[in-house]
Amino acid sequence: MSGAVPRGAASVSEPVIVARGVHLTRDGREILGGIDLDILSGEVLALVGPNGAGKSTLLSVLSGDQDPSHGTVELLGRPVGAYRPLELARRRAVLSQANTVSFPFRVIEIVQMGRSPWLRSAELADDQAAVLEAIRATDIEHLLGRRFTSLSGGEQARASLARVLAQRTPIVFLDEPTAALDLRHQEDVMRVARGLAADGRAVVVVVHDLSLAGAYADRIALLDNGRLDAVGTPHEVMTAERVGRVYGLAVRIHRVGDSERPIVLPLRD
Amino acid sequence: MSLRSRAVALTLLLAGLLVGGVVLSAITGQLPVTPTEVAGSLLRAIGIDTDWAPTDPIVESTLWVVRFPRIVMALVVGAALAVAGAVMQAIFGNPLAEPGVVGVSSGAALGAATAIAVGASVVGVAGVAVAAFLGGLVATLLVYVVSRAGGRTEVVTLLLTGIAVNAIAQAGIAFVLFVADSASREQIVFWQLGSLGGSLWSQVLVVAVVTVPGVVLALALARRYDLLALGERNARHLGVDVERLRLVSIVLVALLTGAAVAFAGIIAFVGLVIPHLIRMIIGPAHRGLVLASAAGGGALLVIADLLTRTLVAGAELPIGMLTSLVGGPFFFWLLYRQRRRSGGWA
Repeated sequence: MSGAVPRGAASVSEPVIVARGVHLTRDGREILGGIDLDILSGEVLALVGPNGAGKSTLLSVLSGDQDPSHGTVELLGRPVGAYRPLELARRRAVLSQANTVSFPFRVIEIVQMGRSPWLRSAELADDQAAVLEAIRATDIEHLLGRRFTSLSGGEQARASLARVLAQRTPIVFLDEPTAALDLRHQEDVMRVARGLAADGRAVVVVVHDLSLAGAYADRIALLDNGRLDAVGTPHEVMTAERVGRVYGLAVRIHRVGDSERPIVLPLRD
Repeated sequence: MSLRSRAVALTLLLAGLLVGGVVLSAITGQLPVTPTEVAGSLLRAIGIDTDWAPTDPIVESTLWVVRFPRIVMALVVGAALAVAGAVMQAIFGNPLAEPGVVGVSSGAALGAATAIAVGASVVGVAGVAVAAFLGGLVATLLVYVVSRAGGRTEVVTLLLTGIAVNAIAQAGIAFVLFVADSASREQIVFWQLGSLGGSLWSQVLVVAVVTVPGVVLALALARRYDLLALGERNARHLGVDVERLRLVSIVLVALLTGAAVAFAGIIAFVGLVIPHLIRMIIGPAHRGLVLASAAGGGALLVIADLLTRTLVAGAELPIGMLTSLVGGPFFFWLLYRQRRRSGGWA
């Protein structure tokens, strides 16, 4: 039974992604330098950092898109490079930033493509349930009959997210899922990420909005110039001193609610 | 109209065009034959004797020696070209990729012309096909390596690469013409214009042996081609072994194009027009697209071949000229539309 990876395969709070000493150099330049990171099942880990800090690159190394120059990445106890493409597709789903589609497929077809790794291994009823659930979670019912190529950027982003959700993998990578979205859908997407984690999956999400990361992530990994500056709860990582230093901008941190979720505001005149 | 009723309508349309085209093509020519004689002759061939069967042996041999091989050749060549176009568009992520436009047909033609110049009698019927395949393969690889960036091909890069590959292949063909003796020179010139005239069963067999499994393979890969439309990275995230799919597809395109070009010459634009029309009717999902393209390509060439024989009394037009005459303006229109929609050459 190579195909059967139940939802949230690992029991809660077990490391499902283990990165050790990950270096990546490209054209003689160091993009990532010595990253050690454990990501647990059942948590949302937000990758944050300034432009060019290496967030998307780290995501692509963790998800097996590129090999690190040095160091190792293990997914569910096996080196990520040791999986065949189909095996990997049943373990991790990736929402990348580029989601153009070459031909005018309908939105429903795009979402159904998320089921293709499970072709001939899953029950038809499961396929339909996964597709329906993904469509509801991303609020795209009214777009299903439209051509993907005719959608707005935000609608395309949500349809692509639905495709990723329909894949139903224990590990989910989201590269800037909120970038093109309006306020409400940003919150919706982060709530979806929380829902995935509550299901026992591991969610790694790249976001730019520090307050959004602070509000929804269990842990935040702050990248600066290819190195991990800090990893911990939002409360621990989001200090005015650290954010100010890494981003080169003076900020004030408000803490709201019982959990003291941080809200980051730039100091303005 | 729902997708299902569109699919039914398309199936009926294609079936009508195929049967109509085949029958019309079989009864038309210097020797008039009636549709009942065609049906009777076909039934007799599968062992059913009817009153319809032609009594005149000249009618019988006209059908089986001249017209039927030509019709079947049109069917398989059309199917090969249309499916090669659909596969090429899938791996380039670009609806303008087509064996004729990007130079794969010219590459195959150079291979075949070389084989003819060396002497078709030396290399044999299959030898011409093998040479066409090799030429097509080199051209496909060249276009692919040069024109792709980040998993996609920009229209302008694709077309410029096509110009370059076409130029090189045409220079090669010119050289072959220069060194060839006058007999093979004449043969190459006429063959290059594209013609289905004088098709032999032995040639039809070679083309069919490549085309039928090729279409089946394209159907088997259809699901993966759908995923490839999401971009290479996303396709990989969904479990597609993109590198292997590319490699298999390139060989497949070269095989189909080589088979089509080997005996029929360069017949351009079939692989562009047919998949495009099919997509407009039933959408871009590749299983339906490949299947319908095979049928549509076959129907188109049977009808086009019939026109080449009948448009001008007593003469036969080159079929490649006819398809280019129709396909060229269509290509202009596609370019214009794509350019306007994406505001540039994206």
